Amino acid sequence: MRKAERELAGWGRFPRARCDAARPERFAEAVAGFSASSAANGICLYGAGRSYGDCALNGGGTTLITSRLDRILAFDAATGIVQVEPGVDYRRLLEIFLPRGWLAPVTPGTGFATIGGAVALDVHGKNHERDGSLGQQVTELDLVSPDGSARTITPLDSDLFRATIGGVGLTGFITRIALRLARVPGGQVRVRTQRCADLDAFIAALQDAAGAAYTVGWIDGAARGSALGRGILETAEPIAGDFTQPPERARRVPVEFPAMALNRYSIAAFNEAYFRRVPAAGRTRDTPWRSFLYPLDALHDWNRIYGKRGFVQFQCVVPFEAGPRAVRELLEVISASHKASFLAVLKRMGAGRAGFLSFPMPGLTLALDFPRRPGIEELYARLCAITLNAGGRVYLAKDALLDAASFRLMYPEFSQFAEVRRSVDPDCRISHDMARRLRLQDAA
Amino acid sequence: MSAPPTWLILGASSAIARAFARQAAAGGANILLAGRDDDDLQRTAADISTSYNVAARVEKFDAVDFAGHATLAASLADLDGVLNVALLFGIMPDQAAMDADPSLALACLDANVVGAISILHRLAPLLEARRAGTVIGFGSVAGDRGRLKNYIYGASKAALHTYLAGLRNRLGRSGVHVMTVKPGFVDTAMTFGLPGMFLVAQPSDVARACLAAAAQKRDIIYVPWFWWGIMTIICAIPERLFKRLKI
Repeated sequence: MRKAERELAGWGRFPRARCDAARPERFAEAVAGFSASSAANGICLYGAGRSYGDCALNGGGTTLITSRLDRILAFDAATGIVQVEPGVDYRRLLEIFLPRGWLAPVTPGTGFATIGGAVALDVHGKNHERDGSLGQQVTELDLVSPDGSARTITPLDSDLFRATIGGVGLTGFITRIALRLARVPGGQVRVRTQRCADLDAFIAALQDAAGAAYTVGWIDGAARGSALGRGILETAEPIAGDFTQPPERARRVPVEFPAMALNRYSIAAFNEAYFRRVPAAGRTRDTPWRSFLYPLDALHDWNRIYGKRGFVQFQCVVPFEAGPRAVRELLEVISASHKASFLAVLKRMGAGRAGFLSFPMPGLTLALDFPRRPGIEELYARLCAITLNAGGRVYLAKDALLDAASFRLMYPEFSQFAEVRRSVDPDCRISHDMARRLRLQDAA
Repeated sequence: MSAPPTWLILGASSAIARAFARQAAAGGANILLAGRDDDDLQRTAADISTSYNVAARVEKFDAVDFAGHATLAASLADLDGVLNVALLFGIMPDQAAMDADPSLALACLDANVVGAISILHRLAPLLEARRAGTVIGFGSVAGDRGRLKNYIYGASKAALHTYLAGLRNRLGRSGVHVMTVKPGFVDTAMTFGLPGMFLVAQPSDVARACLAAAAQKRDIIYVPWFWWGIMTIICAIPERLFKRLKI
């Protein structure tokens, strides 16, 4: 397995880490390379680089890039269970299985994410309240431990399974995933779009839409005063019809934007235009699955818009009881800071989760991008404090700046995770920058 | 309905071969994956048959097991439908390592030249008799000029280019088309981590360009296409000057 010194980053392009990276194309080579690793900082797994922060970065250690382990191994049309190598991505699942009437049951907002990474972060989608997290659809995993031993685990192996789903890659190398796809009646969804004038209207509209199959709210993070929390609510239902998707017309952001391109005025202008794009009376349109699920995938390398310094995404969930007040407080801090970027996302979450370190809890989830500028650490810490105070938590798939003490308070099942993790990797031969920052490998 | 065509992919474990096999299968062809790493090729075969509803099978093949080449060729004699061949195997040992150990240089030539001629020369009569089919041979821009950093590998590919040109002439008389592909830098295990890579193409782009060019019966293509310009310039440098360059 050839290694090369590489600087890797997540989708936020902050932080960056220099490591010895290998990108095996053959299965046996990948497994052998994983268990032979003996770098001081251990080895970590990296898929497509679509998580935002440092959960797949391993400065000073070894990184095994799984993107070329990308084969679909089997599909059972009777049960809908597909078996894949970890580097298969959501785009490929959609390309191959949508024409047959099957879709990934749970998907994040980009089709470039790998299934291995999605399981390791127990991702959720716009249908979380109804369909739960991805890990709940996983029926089997092959897991290779750092000592090279391989085992197959199922939800019946409850502790190891729950430590591995959402376990940020720290219990072993997931080499095969079996998961249930979902039946869909056609290639399109009927999307209903409506404006919400302020936060109260928004939260009420989200509640009214709780029965919808898919729900997502775009919120204007720059709005203040009486417009605070205004945005656009999208709900969608699958519709019957044929499965063909229009050809993809992708564009690429050719260069890194200069730092000054994004400022409070350009962002406020963009958000205003985006808000006005939807007629005041709302509208209904039929949209192909691909553009509904992955609207930003048509703009390749969009993270370059944030320039060389990159950006940070903050995503939290707060329980329903404290939710509206906490979200208002978060938005007030954010809009006063003038640091928010384009649209943010506000939606409801249900209880579905499959791992000890899974993110979801019933409540409201808010996600915003911040260009990395001076003062961002303080702002992020403030947002974390408000979240914690409301009994919520921050999403590890997006995080680059949380502190270890807050992490412990946000994730009460950490002690169960820590116990299982220690039993499968006592010498911490797997590790990464997030594990060191959040002390994920300490005793409970 | 007539039987679908089959692509025999020689050296099927590489990233370009995998991408090529998928795209050929997406077009409806059956796939024979020929190579040494049986376990890994079985995974690719599963991927292709699951994804594209075509037949995909693994054939044991080693570029330097010349005796085995006759067996493989004989086993294909009765195949239904058009037989196409993509020759994608090759090794690229480090030039300095080959300078220090000439046996490595011979191994490179054995695989890239002798192995290629051995298998294609056994398949040639079969293709002539079937009077149809396409052969795609993967050479390299490195074969266009002997460079200090890579001239053994380059020499092996230059020999392959010459062989393919002759084979094109021969098989063309029987309605079999032979295309030479000269890839530039492609993002594969062969080039991962090597210094000095630029304008690196993705394997899927290379595969797409090859299948499109083969359908148009092109003879020699550079992929990506702009390598034609780069190599024209490199080949135009007078030898007197070129021999002092370190490119």
